[in-house]
Amino acid sequence: MRRFDYIRPASVPEAVAAGQHPGTAYLAAGTNLVDLMKGGVATPERVVDITRLPGLSAIERLPDGTTRVGALVRNSDLAHDPAFAKDYPMVAEALLAGASAQLRNAATVGGNLMQRTRCPYFTDAVSPCNKRAPGSGCAALGHATRIHAVQGWSAHCIATHPSDFCVPLAAFDAVVEIAGPDGDRAVPLTDFHRLPGDHPERETDLRPGELITALRLPPEAADFRAHARYLKVRDRTSYAFAVVSAAAALTLEGGRIGRARLALGGLALKPWRVAEAEAALAGQAPSPEAYAKAADAALAGAEPTGAANAFKIELARRVAVRALTQAAAGTPARIPALPASPFGIV
Amino acid sequence: MTIPLRLTLNGQPREIALDDPRVTLLDLLRERLGLTGAKKGCDRGQCGACTVLVDGRRINACLTLAASLDGAEILTIEGLAEGDRLHPVQAAFIAHDGFQCGFCTPGQIMSAVGLIREGQAGTDPERIREGMSGNLCRCGAYAGILEAVQDAAGRATEQREDAA
Ligand SMILES: Cc1cc2nc3c(=O)[nH]c(=O)nc-3n(C[C@H](O)[C@H](O)[C@H](O)COP(=O)(O)OP(=O)(O)OC[C@H]3O[C@@H](n4cnc5c(N)ncnc54)[C@H](O)[C@@H]3O)c2cc1C
Ligand code: SF4
Ligand code: FES
Ligand code: FES
Repeated sequence: MRRFDYIRPASVPEAVAAGQHPGTAYLAAGTNLVDLMKGGVATPERVVDITRLPGLSAIERLPDGTTRVGALVRNSDLAHDPAFAKDYPMVAEALLAGASAQLRNAATVGGNLMQRTRCPYFTDAVSPCNKRAPGSGCAALGHATRIHAVQGWSAHCIATHPSDFCVPLAAFDAVVEIAGPDGDRAVPLTDFHRLPGDHPERETDLRPGELITALRLPPEAADFRAHARYLKVRDRTSYAFAVVSAAAALTLEGGRIGRARLALGGLALKPWRVAEAEAALAGQAPSPEAYAKAADAALAGAEPTGAANAFKIELARRVAVRALTQAAAGTPARIPALPASPFGIV
Repeated sequence: MTIPLRLTLNGQPREIALDDPRVTLLDLLRERLGLTGAKKGCDRGQCGACTVLVDGRRINACLTLAASLDGAEILTIEGLAEGDRLHPVQAAFIAHDGFQCGFCTPGQIMSAVGLIREGQAGTDPERIREGMSGNLCRCGAYAGILEAVQDAAGRATEQREDAA
């Protein structure tokens, strides 16, 4: 691991000031950053430890019904917070479907949003990779691309974003609160992660020195609590990243779908949410045909990067239909023993 | 530049002058404090052999920078037994043959202690398997591990009920 200066600021303004120095990385739990530093993929000159910053660890309900989650809240604490899990069961299920219990006990909300792609050519630290070494090319194109994107990719990068948590957050219009050298601002999660385009090295909307301070879920998100599921297909039942996943949430009114939310994971460098897919469900009777139409809309324009990941398109369609079917059947009283698993009983 | 660290390690207060911020909790324990119970399997968060409790929660010591733990309470496998009296989870691993080579065992036991404290799984085999999925066992002693955790979890519940 490359040597670095270690700084432990006492406040958010101090952290932001320390974070402006080029080559700085903020350290939360380190479950992604330290891993990448060991592999020589992340080589910060300065590490700013934010784990002790005051004011970033609360889960609050604001007077208008918004839920605000501090950036340092641990993934497992959020998933097991009774009020949070009751109102946003789909988010809790996605959190519990990620990583392992040990990693969730450590991992923070901010770190989960900021985790880097699992593209093996990015993480090997040596292959040409436009994300890691801008302008060097993309070793993945034309090689082993089973886990790579089928939506929103470019000739410069075909990676996917690996977070489970972010998929339901995108479906629920979550907002990211940011503190920075020029003051505070807020960005919708769906605009936070960037598609690769010509600049795959620019992964998020964060500017140098900016720090995520909290995440907000708008009041409407809780309207879906009775019909919301996350479904994750992975290469083993637990402790594996998603190949494809779906967050599906409905309101049912008089036997018809009122509002619908659908976001897919594993397809692109950000959670994939398509307005037409949700519009196709609104006002319909819940039925396999309606779900299939929505899934088709969500997959419109999908293109594999090669033969290796062509299966993802049909898989994603089926995962979307299944997640919608499960959502319509109702949120289970307790998160299943195998969260988000296609092998569970519900 | 040394980083001063105050830790409570297996119940004992410790003051440590860390000479390098790159040191992980696992390397601090194994290489500098002589506590080799927590094992280095993958060193990348993928196997659970390095599981210890920090402030009562199980985490992977290999991905945690020691510098970030000032003030923390750390419990490793070395601090689990009370003298010669094994912790109930340790005793259950012996009673149910929850290991073969033993390499993953300290991590399995610390993870099981954490799982039981979390109180989410009870004695449900599916929830225990899922809750222990962060601990790999190359010998495949999973059947015995599951029985051991079920047994210890059941006893912990009985104890709580007796106390109530
Ligand atoms: C073996 C393994 C399996 C995993 N499986 C899954 C899985 O199935 N699903 C899944 O979703 N995830 C999975 N993960 C990833 C895990 O969720 C992330 O590592 C974790 O969420 C990162 O959080 P952290 O607090 O440790 O962040 P860190 O590692 O501390 O930081 C990660 C990045 O975020 C930046 N950062 C952190 N906090 C802030 C902030 N407040 N503001 C700005 N920048 C910040 C850091 O600078 C760094 O670049 C897995 C990880 C491992 C090691
Ligand atoms: S897909 Fe993206 S992350 Fe992977 S090698 Fe290509 S440029 Fe790098
Ligand atoms: S050594 Fe820490 S998880 Fe493998
Ligand atoms: S007992 Fe040998 S690895 Fe688990």
